[in-house]
Amino acid sequence: MPGSEWFKNRPRLLEGVYAGSKAALQLSYPLLKRILPAGWRERVFVWSEEVSKGYLFNCQMCGQCILHSTGMTCPMNCPKNLRNGPCGGVRQNGNCEVIPEMPCVWVQAWQRDAQMGRYGGEIQLLQPPVNRALQNSSAWLNMLEGADAQPPSGWSTIELE
Amino acid sequence: MVNTDQTPPAGDSDLHGGESRLQQVLEAGHFAVTAELNAPDSADPKDVYANVAELGDVCDGINATDGSGANCHMSSVACCALMARAGYEPVLQMGCRDRNRIAIQGDLLGAAALGVHNVLCLTGDDVTAGDQPEARRVFDFDALHLLHTARIMRDQGVLLSGRKLTTPPEFFLGAAANPFVPPQDLRHLRLAKKIEAGAQFIQTQYCYDVPVFEAFMRRARDMGLHEKVYLLVGVGPLRSERAAEFMRSRVPGVHIPDAVVDRLAKTPRKGKREEGIRICVEIIEEVKQIEGVHGVHIMAYRQEETVPEIVERAGIMRDATGIGGQDA
Repeated sequence: MPGSEWFKNRPRLLEGVYAGSKAALQLSYPLLKRILPAGWRERVFVWSEEVSKGYLFNCQMCGQCILHSTGMTCPMNCPKNLRNGPCGGVRQNGNCEVIPEMPCVWVQAWQRDAQMGRYGGEIQLLQPPVNRALQNSSAWLNMLEGADAQPPSGWSTIELE
Repeated sequence: MVNTDQTPPAGDSDLHGGESRLQQVLEAGHFAVTAELNAPDSADPKDVYANVAELGDVCDGINATDGSGANCHMSSVACCALMARAGYEPVLQMGCRDRNRIAIQGDLLGAAALGVHNVLCLTGDDVTAGDQPEARRVFDFDALHLLHTARIMRDQGVLLSGRKLTTPPEFFLGAAANPFVPPQDLRHLRLAKKIEAGAQFIQTQYCYDVPVFEAFMRRARDMGLHEKVYLLVGVGPLRSERAAEFMRSRVPGVHIPDAVVDRLAKTPRKGKREEGIRICVEIIEEVKQIEGVHGVHIMAYRQEETVPEIVERAGIMRDATGIGGQDA
C-alpha cells in the first residue's frame, strides 16, 4: 500500500473518492438509520473516519469536514487551526511558521485546489468559524444530518457577493 | 468614594460615535501615513505617551500592536484607549492567538466605547515566536473570522450569537497582507477573500522587495482589488545588517533580500543608521508610484525618532491632519 503522501498529492483522485462516498452515504443513509441505532451509528462512523481519514489526511476529528474546499488537505493540521489560510508567517521554503520542518498545510491546500476539477476554486470561499462542540464527533453523520453546515446565527446575516 | 455618576470624565463624551479620521484621510484621496507604536512593558501611561510623541505630528493613525512576536507588552486596547484620550488616532491591532470569540467580541465593544475607530484584524504570531513559548495558543478564530465578526457587529448590530447590541461599534476595518511569503503567486486571492470578509484597509508586512510587491499589485489590480480597498505598504528602517538578519530569521513572515542585507554590511559602522533610513525612503518613493498604493505603514521598532525624518525625506509630509496630541 502506498504511503499517504502518494494519495495526498493526488487531490483529483481524492475529490472523486469524496464525491463518490458522499453520494453513496446519502443514498444508503435512510437504510443505515433503520438498521443501526444512533449510538452505534456514531461509534461505527467515528471509528471508520478515524481509520480512513486519519490515514489519508491526518484527520483531527473536528466533526465538520471541509476537505473538498481546502484542496483535500486537512486545515486542522495547521497549528493555528486556520480555516481561511495561509497566515503571513509562512517561511520562504514554504514551510510552517510554527513547525519549521513541516510544509505549510495551506500552501499545499492552495496548490492542490488549483489541480482539482470538481471542487477546484472552492478554497476561495469564506469558511465560518469552527463549531468546537462538534470535536470528536462524526463529520459524515453531521453532514448527513446537516449539523456541520450551521454557522453561528449572527454569521450569516451578511450576504456575501 | 466611588463615583456612581453616569457622566463620563471630561473629554470622553465625544469619543464614541465619531468616524475614523484615518478613513477620512484615505477617502479624501490623501497619501496616508500610519506608524507602529512600541507598546511599553510598563503600567505607566506616560510610557505610552513618550513612545507616541515622535509619531503624532506626522501620522494619520498609530497602530498599537497586540503582543507582537508573541511577547507580552501593554495590551493594545489599553494603548489605544490612552492614545484616543490624548487626541491621537489609534489603530487597534487584534490577533486571534490570545483570545477566544467571546473575549474578542467583548474587546471590540470595549475598544469602541473607549474611542477606537480603526481595527486591524490579524491571525497573530504563534506563541513559539515569543519569550513564553509554553503558553497555550487559542486561535479559536482566524483573521477572517475576526474581520467578518467585527463587520457583523457594526453593520448588523448583533453579536455572533445573533444577540442584539444596544449601540453597535463604528469601525474602519483593516487586515494584513503579506505578499512576500509563499504562495506568492496566490497571495492576491487571500487579499480578495479579506476584502470580501469586510476589510476596508490593508497594512502589509515589511516591504524590502519592491519587484515582488509590484507583481502582487499587478495581480491585485487585474482583479480590481485596488479599487475596493485602501492599501498601505509596510516599511521600516533597518539599523544594521545584524538587525536585518535577526528580523528575517526570527520574526515570522519577514522577507529581506540579500541585496539589502549586503548593502548594510558594506556600509561603515557609523553610516549604517543613515543607510537604513535611506533604504526605507527609497522604498517609499518606489511604492508610492505603484497604482493602488494609498499610503505607507512605518514600523520603526525602537527607532520611533526616525519616523518624522523618514516621512519628510520621502516627501509624504502633509499639513497635519490634526491627529496629533491635544495641542498639536
